[in-house]
Amino acid sequence: MALKLYDLEVGSRLLLGSALYPSPDILRRAIAASGAEIVTLSLRRETAGGRESAVLVSLIEEAAVRVLPNTAGCHSVKEAVTTAQMARELFDTPWIKLEVVGEEDTLAPDPFGLVEAARILTSDGFQVFPYTTEDLVVAEALLDAGCQVLMPWGAPIGSGRGLNNPYGLRTLRAHFPDIPLIVDAGIGRPSHAAEAMELGYDAVLLNTAVAKAGDPIAMAAAFGKAVEAGRLAFEAEPMEERDMASPSTPLAGLPFSMSEA
Amino acid sequence: MTLTVNGRPLETDAPSLEALLAELGYADRKVATAVNGTFVRATLRAETSLAPGDQIDVVVPMQGG
Repeated sequence: MALKLYDLEVGSRLLLGSALYPSPDILRRAIAASGAEIVTLSLRRETAGGRESAVLVSLIEEAAVRVLPNTAGCHSVKEAVTTAQMARELFDTPWIKLEVVGEEDTLAPDPFGLVEAARILTSDGFQVFPYTTEDLVVAEALLDAGCQVLMPWGAPIGSGRGLNNPYGLRTLRAHFPDIPLIVDAGIGRPSHAAEAMELGYDAVLLNTAVAKAGDPIAMAAAFGKAVEAGRLAFEAEPMEERDMASPSTPLAGLPFSMSEA
Repeated sequence: MTLTVNGRPLETDAPSLEALLAELGYADRKVATAVNGTFVRATLRAETSLAPGDQIDVVVPMQGG
């Protein structure tokens, strides 16, 4: 079944960040190799005559992807709301990846500010993608605030640790079977992305794992395949784990046995 | 009067946000603006007057994760 994020039906379940690439050309080729249809962007104060920004904008336009702007680096509700409003005008989209940073070492989301900002933005017509934790109570509050997608972290942004709390992510998935859930942040390797997809997550969003790989283009392709494999595996319903061995080769007719069977 | 534009002091006589953006060479550029931390949409720039000490932010698209 296709994944629907607000108004958009997406084919690829990999969302890609656009930061930290060695060059704009490598970013362009990484987007293509990943198969991603949604790419995150941000906004910053204008510097250096705007050349860098102009190159980025034309690159994203040529890639024909849907832009998901973020409010990265915002520490207060007011900053996040103002940034979202500026992003809506700049990128001409109601979509916003809402980040309200609560803590510097882990860049953990501030759940209180996040819920408040989400409420303000959804009532102003935004379609909010909240960057949150796996906390069920916060998740309920975000849905109550009007969010129709949730993006729990796998691990702190840029850490590459993978899924720190698979149990928490499983309970979130079980509790909200019908809400699109995207693991955002902390993914380091394709196996982490596949694990999130095998848990039944609808998509993953990552940036550093591709941008900071030795070969970002090859890694983008690897993540594309991992996300696809993980999704297929989830739909195919993996077998149950067991503690003891269970022979896969039939025992019946085994030679040298004293019994006939 | 002295304003703060993107964190730096700027001496200007621009009466409005629109005039300030023109003075800074942003007239034809795709930017978004805020005055004192509050978003000002493009269509309201002409009627947004500026006062000494105002803090102006002018932002453009940038890479992000």
